[in-house]
Amino acid sequence: MQFELNITKRMRSGGDAFLLRSHFSTSDRALVLFGPSGSGKTLTLQAIAGLLTPDEGCIKVNGDVLFDSEAGVNTPTRQRNVGYVFQNYALFPHRTVRENVGFGLKPLFGRLSAEDSRRVEELIHLFDLSRVADLKPSALSGGQQQRTALARALATSPKILLLDEPFSALDQPLRLRMRTELSRVLENFGIPMIMVTHDSDEVESFAESVVVYRHGEVVGMHSAKAIAESGQSLTETIREQVAMAYEL
Amino acid sequence: MSSIWSTLTGFHFIDPLMLTLKVAGLATLAAFVLGVGCAYLLSRRNFPFRDVLDAVFTLPLVMPPTVLGYYLIVLIGRRGVFGQWLQEAFGISLMFTWQGAVIAATVVAFPLVFKSARAALESVGPQFEDAARTLGQGELAVFLRVSLPLAFRGVLAGAMLAFARAMGEFGATLMVAGNLPGRTQTLSLAVYSAVQAGDDTLANILVLIISIVCVAILVATSRLLQPKF
Repeated sequence: MQFELNITKRMRSGGDAFLLRSHFSTSDRALVLFGPSGSGKTLTLQAIAGLLTPDEGCIKVNGDVLFDSEAGVNTPTRQRNVGYVFQNYALFPHRTVRENVGFGLKPLFGRLSAEDSRRVEELIHLFDLSRVADLKPSALSGGQQQRTALARALATSPKILLLDEPFSALDQPLRLRMRTELSRVLENFGIPMIMVTHDSDEVESFAESVVVYRHGEVVGMHSAKAIAESGQSLTETIREQVAMAYEL
Repeated sequence: MSSIWSTLTGFHFIDPLMLTLKVAGLATLAAFVLGVGCAYLLSRRNFPFRDVLDAVFTLPLVMPPTVLGYYLIVLIGRRGVFGQWLQEAFGISLMFTWQGAVIAATVVAFPLVFKSARAALESVGPQFEDAARTLGQGELAVFLRVSLPLAFRGVLAGAMLAFARAMGEFGATLMVAGNLPGRTQTLSLAVYSAVQAGDDTLANILVLIISIVCVAILVATSRLLQPKF
Protein backbone atom coordinates (compact mmCIF):
# COMPACT_ATOMS: atom_id res chain seq x y z
CA MET A 1 0.00 0.00 0.00
CA GLN A 2 1.18 3.51 -0.86
CA PHE A 3 -0.39 5.94 1.53
CA GLU A 4 0.12 9.66 1.64
CA LEU A 5 -1.67 12.18 3.81
CA ASN A 6 -1.10 15.85 4.52
CA ILE A 7 -4.08 17.73 5.90
CA THR A 8 -5.00 20.75 8.00
CA LYS A 9 -8.31 21.25 9.78
CA ARG A 10 -9.41 24.01 12.13
CA MET A 11 -12.17 23.03 14.53
CA ARG A 12 -14.08 25.03 17.08
CA SER A 13 -16.11 23.52 19.89
CA GLY A 14 -17.50 26.03 22.33
CA GLY A 15 -14.77 28.55 22.93
CA ASP A 16 -11.89 26.14 22.29
CA ALA A 17 -10.09 26.18 19.00
CA PHE A 18 -8.36 23.01 17.84
CA LEU A 19 -5.90 22.82 15.00
CA LEU A 20 -5.25 19.46 13.36
CA ARG A 21 -2.08 19.27 11.30
CA SER A 22 -1.66 15.73 10.19
CA HIS A 23 0.90 14.48 7.71
CA PHE A 24 2.63 11.19 7.04
CA SER A 25 3.30 8.80 4.20
CA THR A 26 4.02 5.11 4.30
CA SER A 27 4.22 1.99 2.20
CA ASP A 28 3.60 -0.33 5.14
CA ARG A 29 0.49 -2.48 5.30
CA ALA A 30 -0.24 -1.87 8.98
CA LEU A 31 -0.16 1.62 10.35
CA VAL A 32 -1.03 2.61 13.89
CA LEU A 33 -1.97 6.17 14.85
CA PHE A 34 -1.04 6.54 18.48
CA GLY A 35 -1.61 9.26 21.05
CA PRO A 36 -3.78 10.42 23.94
CA SER A 37 -7.49 11.20 23.60
CA GLY A 38 -8.18 14.41 21.75
CA SER A 39 -4.83 14.44 19.95
CA GLY A 40 -6.32 14.21 16.46
CA LYS A 41 -5.98 10.49 15.62
CA THR A 42 -9.69 9.81 15.14
CA LEU A 43 -10.16 13.06 13.18
CA THR A 44 -7.41 11.89 10.86
CA LEU A 45 -9.14 8.53 10.41
CA GLN A 46 -12.44 10.29 9.68
CA ALA A 47 -10.73 12.48 7.10
CA ILE A 48 -9.37 9.36 5.35
CA ALA A 49 -12.91 7.95 5.21
CA GLY A 50 -14.34 11.25 4.00
CA LEU A 51 -16.46 11.73 7.12
CA LEU A 52 -14.53 14.92 7.88
CA THR A 53 -13.51 17.43 5.23
CA PRO A 54 -10.09 18.99 5.85
CA ASP A 55 -9.61 22.70 5.21
CA GLU A 56 -6.66 21.98 2.98
CA GLY A 57 -4.25 19.26 1.97
CA CYS A 58 -4.40 15.95 0.18
CA ILE A 59 -4.99 12.25 0.83
CA LYS A 60 -3.79 9.57 -1.59
CA VAL A 61 -4.12 5.80 -1.44
CA ASN A 62 -2.24 3.70 -4.00
CA GLY A 63 -2.14 6.65 -6.38
CA ASP A 64 -5.90 7.33 -6.08
CA VAL A 65 -6.53 10.88 -4.92
CA LEU A 66 -9.29 10.78 -2.30
CA PHE A 67 -8.93 14.42 -1.36
CA ASP A 68 -7.00 17.33 -2.80
CA SER A 69 -8.03 20.84 -1.84
CA GLU A 70 -5.98 22.47 -4.59
CA ALA A 71 -7.37 20.29 -7.35
CA GLY A 72 -10.85 20.49 -5.79
CA VAL A 73 -11.10 16.72 -5.38
CA ASN A 74 -13.21 15.35 -2.53
CA THR A 75 -14.40 11.82 -3.25
CA PRO A 76 -17.63 11.15 -1.33
CA THR A 77 -17.38 8.57 1.45
CA ARG A 78 -19.55 6.06 -0.38
CA GLN A 79 -17.09 5.92 -3.28
CA ARG A 80 -13.91 5.70 -1.20
CA ASN A 81 -14.30 1.97 -0.63
CA VAL A 82 -12.89 2.00 2.89
CA GLY A 83 -13.92 -0.41 5.62
CA TYR A 84 -14.51 1.45 8.87
CA VAL A 85 -14.86 -0.13 12.31
CA PHE A 86 -16.23 2.50 14.69
CA GLN A 87 -15.18 2.75 18.31
CA ASN A 88 -18.60 1.59 19.53
CA TYR A 89 -19.10 -0.42 16.32
CA ALA A 90 -22.19 1.60 15.22
CA LEU A 91 -24.06 -1.60 14.39
CA PHE A 92 -27.53 -0.80 13.07
CA PRO A 93 -29.77 -1.52 16.08
CA HIS A 94 -32.86 -2.13 13.93
CA ARG A 95 -31.14 -4.82 11.83
CA THR A 96 -30.12 -8.38 12.64
CA VAL A 97 -26.49 -9.50 12.54
CA ARG A 98 -27.05 -11.01 9.08
CA GLU A 99 -28.64 -7.78 7.79
CA ASN A 100 -25.84 -5.73 9.33
CA VAL A 101 -23.18 -7.84 7.61
CA GLY A 102 -25.02 -7.64 4.26
CA PHE A 103 -25.91 -3.95 4.61
CA GLY A 104 -23.35 -2.60 2.17
CA LEU A 105 -24.13 -5.26 -0.43
CA LYS A 106 -27.91 -4.89 -0.51
CA PRO A 107 -29.37 -2.47 -3.05
CA LEU A 108 -31.81 0.20 -1.79
CA PHE A 109 -34.72 -1.60 -3.36
CA GLY A 110 -34.64 -5.35 -3.84
CA ARG A 111 -32.75 -8.23 -2.32
CA LEU A 112 -29.18 -9.46 -2.07
CA SER A 113 -27.94 -11.25 -5.18
CA ALA A 114 -27.27 -14.97 -4.74
CA GLU A 115 -23.54 -14.32 -4.90
CA ASP A 116 -23.65 -11.55 -2.27
CA SER A 117 -25.89 -13.71 -0.11
CA ARG A 118 -23.25 -16.46 -0.21
CA ARG A 119 -20.57 -13.95 0.73
CA VAL A 120 -22.61 -12.83 3.75
CA GLU A 121 -23.07 -16.45 4.89
CA GLU A 122 -19.34 -17.10 4.44
CA LEU A 123 -18.44 -14.09 6.56
CA ILE A 124 -20.98 -15.05 9.23
CA HIS A 125 -19.44 -18.52 9.34
CA LEU A 126 -15.88 -17.20 9.29
CA PHE A 127 -16.55 -14.82 12.19
CA ASP A 128 -18.37 -17.51 14.16
CA LEU A 129 -21.66 -15.62 14.14
CA SER A 130 -23.92 -18.43 12.86
CA ARG A 131 -25.68 -18.91 16.18
CA VAL A 132 -26.53 -15.22 16.54
CA ALA A 133 -27.11 -14.33 12.88
CA ASP A 134 -30.81 -13.62 13.39
CA LEU A 135 -30.41 -11.59 16.58
CA LYS A 136 -30.33 -7.82 16.90
CA PRO A 137 -26.97 -6.30 17.97
CA SER A 138 -28.28 -5.42 21.45
CA ALA A 139 -28.52 -9.16 22.23
CA LEU A 140 -24.82 -9.79 21.42
CA SER A 141 -21.77 -9.95 23.66
CA GLY A 142 -19.00 -7.38 23.18
CA GLY A 143 -16.84 -9.80 21.22
CA GLN A 144 -19.71 -10.81 18.95
CA GLN A 145 -20.52 -7.16 18.30
CA GLN A 146 -16.95 -6.51 17.29
CA ARG A 147 -16.87 -9.52 14.99
CA THR A 148 -20.12 -8.33 13.39
CA ALA A 149 -18.63 -4.88 12.85
CA LEU A 150 -15.52 -6.43 11.24
CA ALA A 151 -17.58 -8.76 9.03
CA ARG A 152 -19.78 -5.84 7.96
CA ALA A 153 -16.76 -3.68 7.07
CA LEU A 154 -15.09 -6.49 5.11
CA ALA A 155 -18.24 -7.53 3.20
CA THR A 156 -17.87 -4.77 0.61
CA SER A 157 -14.25 -5.83 -0.12
CA PRO A 158 -12.69 -2.49 0.89
CA LYS A 159 -9.18 -1.62 -0.26
CA ILE A 160 -8.24 -0.48 3.22
CA LEU A 161 -9.55 -1.16 6.72
CA LEU A 162 -9.83 1.73 9.21
CA LEU A 163 -10.14 0.78 12.87
CA ASP A 164 -11.00 3.35 15.53
CA GLU A 165 -9.95 2.04 18.96
CA PRO A 166 -11.41 -1.36 18.06
CA PHE A 167 -10.71 -2.93 21.46
CA SER A 168 -11.57 -0.09 23.83
CA ALA A 169 -15.14 -1.32 24.42
CA LEU A 170 -13.93 -4.79 25.48
CA ASP A 171 -12.75 -5.96 28.88
CA GLN A 172 -9.15 -7.13 29.29
CA PRO A 173 -9.33 -10.95 28.73
CA LEU A 174 -11.58 -10.50 25.69
CA ARG A 175 -9.35 -7.75 24.40
CA LEU A 176 -6.37 -10.13 24.24
CA ARG A 177 -8.40 -12.78 22.41
CA MET A 178 -9.85 -10.31 19.91
CA ARG A 179 -6.37 -8.95 19.19
CA THR A 180 -5.22 -12.41 18.15
CA GLU A 181 -8.36 -12.82 16.11
CA LEU A 182 -7.92 -9.50 14.33
CA SER A 183 -4.30 -10.37 13.44
CA ARG A 184 -5.57 -13.61 11.92
CA VAL A 185 -8.28 -11.78 9.95
CA LEU A 186 -5.86 -9.17 8.60
CA GLU A 187 -3.57 -11.95 7.47
CA ASN A 188 -6.40 -13.98 5.89
CA PHE A 189 -7.85 -11.07 3.99
CA GLY A 190 -4.46 -9.55 3.16
CA ILE A 191 -5.96 -6.12 3.64
CA PRO A 192 -3.95 -3.04 4.63
CA MET A 193 -5.14 -1.26 7.73
CA ILE A 194 -4.85 1.93 9.71
CA MET A 195 -5.66 1.64 13.40
CA VAL A 196 -6.20 4.34 15.97
CA THR A 197 -5.30 3.49 19.56
CA HIS A 198 -4.04 4.89 22.81
CA ASP A 199 -2.92 1.45 24.01
CA SER A 200 0.83 0.88 23.61
CA ASP A 201 0.32 -2.93 23.63
CA GLU A 202 -1.69 -2.60 20.46
CA VAL A 203 1.09 -0.63 18.83
CA GLU A 204 3.43 -3.54 19.54
CA SER A 205 0.94 -6.14 18.31
CA PHE A 206 -0.06 -4.51 15.06
CA ALA A 207 2.20 -1.71 13.92
CA GLU A 208 4.58 -1.95 11.02
CA SER A 209 4.75 1.79 11.43
CA VAL A 210 3.48 4.01 14.20
CA VAL A 211 2.55 7.68 13.90
CA VAL A 212 2.55 9.54 17.21
CA TYR A 213 0.08 12.39 17.80
CA ARG A 214 0.02 15.13 20.38
CA HIS A 215 -2.24 18.22 20.49
CA GLY A 216 -3.37 17.71 16.91
CA GLU A 217 0.13 17.38 15.52
CA VAL A 218 2.26 14.50 14.34
CA VAL A 219 5.26 14.44 16.67
CA GLY A 220 6.96 11.30 15.41
CA MET A 221 6.80 8.38 13.02
CA HIS A 222 8.64 5.11 13.47
CA SER A 223 8.96 1.98 11.42
CA ALA A 224 9.06 -1.24 13.44
CA LYS A 225 11.46 -2.74 10.92
CA ALA A 226 13.88 0.20 11.07
CA ILE A 227 13.86 0.07 14.85
CA ALA A 228 14.57 -3.67 14.81
CA GLU A 229 17.39 -3.22 12.26
CA SER A 230 19.03 -0.50 14.27
CA GLY A 231 19.17 -2.94 17.18
CA GLN A 232 16.87 -0.93 19.39
CA SER A 233 13.96 -2.51 21.14
CA LEU A 234 10.51 -1.64 19.82
CA THR A 235 9.05 -1.85 23.32
CA GLU A 236 11.61 0.64 24.57
CA THR A 237 10.97 3.06 21.70
CA ILE A 238 7.23 2.87 22.26
CA ARG A 239 7.68 3.49 25.95
CA GLU A 240 9.63 6.64 25.13
CA GLN A 241 6.90 7.67 22.71
CA VAL A 242 4.23 7.12 25.35
CA ALA A 243 6.12 9.32 27.76
CA MET A 244 6.45 11.96 25.10
CA ALA A 245 2.84 11.77 23.87
CA TYR A 246 1.48 12.01 27.39
CA GLU A 247 4.12 14.53 28.47
CA LEU A 248 5.22 12.37 31.40
CA MET B 1 -83.46 6.50 22.58
CA SER B 2 -85.55 6.46 19.44
CA SER B 3 -84.08 9.76 18.39
CA ILE B 4 -80.55 8.33 18.73
CA TRP B 5 -81.59 5.39 16.58
CA SER B 6 -83.08 7.62 13.94
CA THR B 7 -79.94 9.75 13.94
CA LEU B 8 -77.73 6.68 13.64
CA THR B 9 -79.77 5.32 10.74
CA GLY B 10 -80.44 8.72 9.27
CA PHE B 11 -76.80 9.13 8.11
CA HIS B 12 -76.55 12.63 9.51
CA PHE B 13 -73.12 11.81 10.79
CA ILE B 14 -71.91 9.36 8.14
CA ASP B 15 -71.16 12.04 5.55
CA PRO B 16 -69.17 14.31 7.87
CA LEU B 17 -67.36 11.29 9.34
CA MET B 18 -66.26 9.96 5.96
CA LEU B 19 -65.29 13.44 4.80
CA THR B 20 -63.32 14.03 7.99
CA LEU B 21 -61.39 10.75 7.60
CA LYS B 22 -60.65 11.57 3.96
CA VAL B 23 -59.53 15.14 4.69
CA ALA B 24 -57.55 14.26 7.82
CA GLY B 25 -55.97 11.20 6.14
CA LEU B 26 -54.79 13.12 3.07
CA ALA B 27 -53.69 16.10 5.15
CA THR B 28 -51.66 13.80 7.42
CA LEU B 29 -50.03 12.17 4.40
CA ALA B 30 -49.10 15.57 2.95
CA ALA B 31 -47.93 16.90 6.32
CA PHE B 32 -45.89 13.70 6.82
CA VAL B 33 -43.98 13.99 3.56
CA LEU B 34 -43.42 17.76 3.86
CA GLY B 35 -42.76 17.68 7.61
CA VAL B 36 -40.23 14.83 7.50
CA GLY B 37 -38.51 16.36 4.46
CA CYS B 38 -38.16 19.78 6.10
CA ALA B 39 -37.11 18.21 9.41
CA TYR B 40 -34.36 16.19 7.70
CA LEU B 41 -33.11 19.26 5.88
CA LEU B 42 -33.01 21.37 9.05
CA SER B 43 -31.49 18.66 11.23
CA ARG B 44 -28.71 17.71 8.79
CA ARG B 45 -27.79 20.82 6.86
CA ASN B 46 -26.43 24.00 8.33
CA PHE B 47 -27.41 27.14 6.44
CA PRO B 48 -28.12 30.78 7.22
CA PHE B 49 -31.53 31.63 8.70
CA ARG B 50 -32.11 28.05 9.77
CA ASP B 51 -33.61 29.24 13.06
CA VAL B 52 -35.91 31.65 11.24
CA LEU B 53 -37.08 28.83 8.97
CA ASP B 54 -37.69 26.63 12.00
CA ALA B 55 -39.82 29.39 13.52
CA VAL B 56 -41.82 29.84 10.31
CA PHE B 57 -42.45 26.08 10.12
CA THR B 58 -43.65 26.08 13.73
CA LEU B 59 -45.85 29.15 13.33
CA PRO B 60 -49.10 27.31 12.46
CA LEU B 61 -48.89 25.69 15.90
CA VAL B 62 -49.20 28.99 17.76
CA MET B 63 -51.17 31.18 15.37
CA PRO B 64 -54.98 31.37 15.60
CA PRO B 65 -56.49 29.10 12.91
CA THR B 66 -58.52 32.02 11.60
CA VAL B 67 -55.32 33.91 10.89
CA LEU B 68 -53.95 30.87 9.05
CA GLY B 69 -57.22 30.69 7.17
CA TYR B 70 -56.83 34.31 6.19
CA TYR B 71 -53.27 33.70 4.95
CA LEU B 72 -54.55 30.77 2.91
CA ILE B 73 -57.27 32.94 1.35
CA VAL B 74 -54.58 35.45 0.43
CA LEU B 75 -52.66 32.58 -1.18
CA ILE B 76 -55.25 30.35 -2.78
CA GLY B 77 -58.38 32.54 -2.79
CA ARG B 78 -59.96 33.58 -6.09
CA ARG B 79 -57.92 36.78 -6.06
CA GLY B 80 -55.04 35.11 -4.22
CA VAL B 81 -51.45 35.03 -5.46
CA PHE B 82 -51.59 31.36 -6.35
CA GLY B 83 -55.39 31.04 -6.59
CA GLN B 84 -55.73 33.52 -9.41
CA TRP B 85 -53.12 31.71 -11.46
CA LEU B 86 -54.87 28.36 -10.83
CA GLN B 87 -58.18 29.91 -11.91
CA GLU B 88 -56.76 31.43 -15.09
CA ALA B 89 -54.53 28.54 -16.13
CA PHE B 90 -56.72 25.58 -15.21
CA GLY B 91 -60.10 27.02 -14.23
CA ILE B 92 -59.65 25.47 -10.77
CA SER B 93 -60.69 27.10 -7.53
CA LEU B 94 -59.79 25.52 -4.22
CA MET B 95 -62.10 27.75 -2.20
CA PHE B 96 -65.14 26.00 -0.73
CA THR B 97 -63.98 22.55 -1.84
CA TRP B 98 -62.87 19.56 0.21
CA GLN B 99 -59.45 19.90 -1.43
CA GLY B 100 -59.27 23.33 0.14
CA ALA B 101 -60.09 21.73 3.48
CA VAL B 102 -57.18 19.31 2.95
CA ILE B 103 -54.81 22.23 2.39
CA ALA B 104 -56.07 24.01 5.51
CA ALA B 105 -55.71 20.85 7.61
CA THR B 106 -52.23 20.17 6.15
CA VAL B 107 -50.95 23.59 7.18
CA VAL B 108 -52.36 23.20 10.68
CA ALA B 109 -51.01 19.63 11.11
CA PHE B 110 -47.60 20.27 9.52
CA PRO B 111 -45.76 21.63 12.62
CA LEU B 112 -46.69 18.56 14.67
CA VAL B 113 -44.97 16.23 12.19
CA PHE B 114 -42.12 18.68 11.64
CA LYS B 115 -41.37 19.17 15.35
CA SER B 116 -41.48 15.48 16.32
CA ALA B 117 -39.59 14.43 13.20
CA ARG B 118 -36.84 16.97 13.83
CA ALA B 119 -36.42 15.85 17.44
CA ALA B 120 -36.47 12.17 16.43
CA LEU B 121 -33.99 12.64 13.58
CA GLU B 122 -31.64 14.65 15.76
CA SER B 123 -31.60 11.84 18.32
CA VAL B 124 -30.29 9.38 15.70
CA GLY B 125 -26.57 9.01 16.34
CA PRO B 126 -24.52 10.41 13.44
CA GLN B 127 -22.26 7.36 13.62
CA PHE B 128 -25.02 5.14 12.18
CA GLU B 129 -25.34 7.39 9.14
CA ASP B 130 -21.56 7.58 8.80
CA ALA B 131 -21.37 3.77 9.01
CA ALA B 132 -23.87 3.48 6.17
CA ARG B 133 -21.85 5.96 4.08
CA THR B 134 -18.64 3.96 4.56
CA LEU B 135 -20.64 0.93 3.38
CA GLY B 136 -21.17 2.65 0.03
CA GLN B 137 -24.64 4.07 0.63
CA GLY B 138 -25.76 7.33 -1.00
CA GLU B 139 -27.65 10.01 0.90
CA LEU B 140 -31.12 8.76 -0.13
CA ALA B 141 -30.23 5.23 0.99
CA VAL B 142 -28.79 6.58 4.25
CA PHE B 143 -32.07 8.39 4.90
CA LEU B 144 -34.41 5.55 3.90
CA ARG B 145 -32.40 2.67 5.39
CA VAL B 146 -30.95 4.25 8.52
CA SER B 147 -32.20 7.70 9.63
CA LEU B 148 -35.91 7.20 8.98
CA PRO B 149 -36.19 3.66 10.45
CA LEU B 150 -34.27 4.74 13.57
CA ALA B 151 -36.43 7.84 13.99
CA PHE B 152 -39.61 6.16 12.88
CA ARG B 153 -41.40 5.85 16.18
CA GLY B 154 -41.02 9.55 16.91
CA VAL B 155 -42.01 10.44 13.36
CA LEU B 156 -45.06 8.15 13.51
CA ALA B 157 -46.10 9.62 16.86
CA GLY B 158 -45.93 13.08 15.27
CA ALA B 159 -48.03 11.88 12.34
CA MET B 160 -50.68 10.52 14.70
CA LEU B 161 -50.87 13.81 16.58
CA ALA B 162 -51.10 15.52 13.19
CA PHE B 163 -54.01 13.26 12.26
CA ALA B 164 -55.82 14.11 15.48
CA ARG B 165 -55.18 17.80 14.92
CA ALA B 166 -56.36 17.59 11.30
CA MET B 167 -59.53 15.79 12.42
CA GLY B 168 -60.36 18.52 14.87
CA GLU B 169 -59.47 21.39 12.54
CA PHE B 170 -62.19 24.07 12.54
CA GLY B 171 -61.13 27.71 12.06
CA ALA B 172 -58.90 27.59 8.99
CA THR B 173 -61.17 25.02 7.34
CA LEU B 174 -64.22 27.20 7.91
CA MET B 175 -62.54 30.20 6.30
CA VAL B 176 -61.13 28.34 3.31
CA ALA B 177 -63.68 25.61 2.67
CA GLY B 178 -66.77 26.89 4.41
CA ASN B 179 -69.36 24.70 6.09
CA LEU B 180 -71.29 23.10 3.27
CA PRO B 181 -73.16 19.97 4.43
CA GLY B 182 -72.19 16.95 2.33
CA ARG B 183 -69.35 18.86 0.63
CA THR B 184 -67.02 20.50 3.12
CA GLN B 185 -68.73 19.90 6.44
CA THR B 186 -66.32 17.87 8.56
CA LEU B 187 -67.14 16.45 12.02
CA SER B 188 -66.02 19.49 13.99
CA LEU B 189 -68.02 21.79 11.70
CA ALA B 190 -71.01 19.44 11.97
CA VAL B 191 -70.83 19.66 15.77
CA TYR B 192 -71.01 23.44 15.52
CA SER B 193 -73.96 23.29 13.11
CA ALA B 194 -75.77 20.66 15.22
CA VAL B 195 -75.42 22.77 18.36
CA GLN B 196 -76.54 25.91 16.51
CA ALA B 197 -79.56 24.00 15.18
CA GLY B 198 -80.39 22.66 18.67
CA ASP B 199 -79.90 19.02 17.53
CA ASP B 200 -78.42 17.75 20.82
CA THR B 201 -78.62 14.07 19.89
CA LEU B 202 -76.55 14.54 16.75
CA ALA B 203 -74.12 16.79 18.63
CA ASN B 204 -73.69 14.13 21.33
CA ILE B 205 -72.96 11.37 18.82
CA LEU B 206 -70.50 13.52 16.88
CA VAL B 207 -68.71 14.62 20.05
CA LEU B 208 -68.50 11.02 21.25
CA ILE B 209 -66.99 9.83 17.96
CA ILE B 210 -64.36 12.58 17.95
CA SER B 211 -63.49 11.96 21.61
CA ILE B 212 -63.07 8.20 21.16
CA VAL B 213 -60.82 8.61 18.11
CA CYS B 214 -58.68 11.23 19.87
CA VAL B 215 -58.25 9.13 23.03
CA ALA B 216 -57.31 6.11 20.91
CA ILE B 217 -54.70 8.16 19.06
CA LEU B 218 -53.21 9.59 22.26
CA VAL B 219 -52.93 6.13 23.85
CA ALA B 220 -51.28 4.72 20.74
CA THR B 221 -48.90 7.70 20.56
CA SER B 222 -47.73 7.37 24.15
CA ARG B 223 -47.11 3.64 23.56
CA LEU B 224 -45.08 4.40 20.46
CA LEU B 225 -42.93 6.85 22.34
CA GLN B 226 -41.87 4.35 25.00
CA PRO B 227 -38.21 3.45 24.41
CA LYS B 228 -37.48 0.16 22.69
CA PHE B 229 -33.81 -0.26 21.80
